[in-house]
Amino acid sequence: MAETRSAFALNDAGMAQFRRLVERYPTKQSALMPALWLIQDQEGHVPPEAVDWLVEQLDVSAARVHELLSFYTMFRAEPQAEYVLQVCHNISCHLSGARPLLEHLEQRLGIGIGETTPDGKFALEGVECLAACGMGPAMQLGKHFYEKLTPARVDEILESLRRGVVPRADTDRELAE
Amino acid sequence: MSANGQLLSARFGRRDGHKLSVYEAEGGYRALKKALKEMSPADVREQVKAAGLRGRGGAGFPTGVKWGFVPANAEKVYFFVNADESEPGTFKDRYLLDYDPHQTIEGSILSSYAVGAALCFIYIRGEFGWLVDRVNRAVEEAYAAGYLGRNILGSGYSLEMIVHKGAGAYICGEETGLINSVEGKKGQPSIKPPFPAVSGFLGAPTIVNNVETVATVPWILNEGPDAYRRYGTEKSPGTKLWSVSGPVKRPGVYEVPLGIPFREFFEEHVGGMADGEKLKAVIVGGSSVPVLTADEVMATNLDYESLAAAGTMLGSGGMIVIPESSSMVDLIEVLMHFYWDESCGQCTPCREGTGWLHKVVGRVRRGTGEHGDLERLETICNGMAGLTICPLSDAAVMPMRSFLAKFRTEFETLIRKDPAPEPTSRWARGEVETR
Repeated sequence: MAETRSAFALNDAGMAQFRRLVERYPTKQSALMPALWLIQDQEGHVPPEAVDWLVEQLDVSAARVHELLSFYTMFRAEPQAEYVLQVCHNISCHLSGARPLLEHLEQRLGIGIGETTPDGKFALEGVECLAACGMGPAMQLGKHFYEKLTPARVDEILESLRRGVVPRADTDRELAE
Repeated sequence: MSANGQLLSARFGRRDGHKLSVYEAEGGYRALKKALKEMSPADVREQVKAAGLRGRGGAGFPTGVKWGFVPANAEKVYFFVNADESEPGTFKDRYLLDYDPHQTIEGSILSSYAVGAALCFIYIRGEFGWLVDRVNRAVEEAYAAGYLGRNILGSGYSLEMIVHKGAGAYICGEETGLINSVEGKKGQPSIKPPFPAVSGFLGAPTIVNNVETVATVPWILNEGPDAYRRYGTEKSPGTKLWSVSGPVKRPGVYEVPLGIPFREFFEEHVGGMADGEKLKAVIVGGSSVPVLTADEVMATNLDYESLAAAGTMLGSGGMIVIPESSSMVDLIEVLMHFYWDESCGQCTPCREGTGWLHKVVGRVRRGTGEHGDLERLETICNGMAGLTICPLSDAAVMPMRSFLAKFRTEFETLIRKDPAPEPTSRWARGEVETR
């Protein structure tokens, strides 16, 4: 592996995972997406110095990395709010009340869709189908989905997040066992 | 393994269904042991072909035939499992991976063996964060049990498996987009031919199959093609997972034999409409297929041929049930926003067309539509259908055209009643000589 000159570094666990990726993926460039995930999982976004680091490590152009950052909506080049609430506004969730739910969230958070609260705690986004169609309206937060949402349930979730506690999600079945 | 016709969904809803010990206790990895011991890759291909299994991702192409397109002398072959489930209305692959990941893993190993692959990717959409963890754990279990890795079960066959996490792009569900994505590029589709089976990932023969397709393979090898054909119809054998959403009594994922009448499925399994709701229309195969009116859908059976005869497609089996209380104009605006958002931007007819459709349909919905807007929507559709690298453009056109054709009065009533105002420019009124 090339000597690192850029200002970015993965932590030890991340670096071990990165080495394993490079070993397992058939070409260095094919390890680019999972490498971006490692960086984002550590930093919360992909900072510019991490782009330089990827260029050194994977022999790809900076343009290629930026291409991926701008093409894939889940990769973020800018720092994000602590809690990014992503509410599905596609057809099935729409049929089960996604629009009033989004309006409720806007009102509770005092921000519009696509905005972040001034304290940097919450961001609200409308997103396309999450594949929670039978359990709508649905909202993604981090790795998990909250489903069959009502304004009352959303209020509970917000209340908990304000206290810094992420409530158990509907997809978090492992913990339920 | 097939109580009550549940070929694929026997462990759905079970708290322990994802565990290797449970899967093995219920006959899991039996097909793999049998295949690696007694069957050649060609035998596996032959069984799947004889079963008549058709791709469950949307196109419905016979799986065994697709596998047969890999050149016999290929040195390196790749197998990809498409778990980028993003078609609006579809949430079955999520169930398969959540409740029963080992079934899909076993199917993936068998399919990889059938096509001669030494590396298999399971491409899971990035939004399924918890599912990526779950499948990764199951893959680790399979490695530890000797079902993956070098010299599997002493057979001499070796296979590596990588769970690849997407990052939010509907287009990566298209097989060439998916391949490009794993190559570390934007997930933009490539022109076919060459088909991936001949030249795919890193230029090597590559087979991409949907999760549900792959998950069916162990059952077929365990029970045989004839047993599989006892379910479904002659041309649409087997069972299908339907994802049902909208205001119905019991939304969810249902496995039923192909060919079941919609009416029976809807009334007996789904329980009909929710209280106080009346059926207006159904999109049977995910948002990209033409909508059926209540009368049309009540008269059809749920299999590839019957749905084609009804003027739509089975697609992904994402069944979106629309009530009388919903505005079709409202819903099509939601869908056109989706296609506009998800167009990869590569082909002009799609990049521009989806945006125009969204814009025009949006102003109609808001009551600010202009005279000629409905004809304009049709004209835009004509400039999009069949003119692009991948089917996303057509996927926007099919719902747009069918909504407009079958529910036209809903659109018409929103268009301004008064005549269009006289153009303010003299040139537009034709009063200026232009040459």
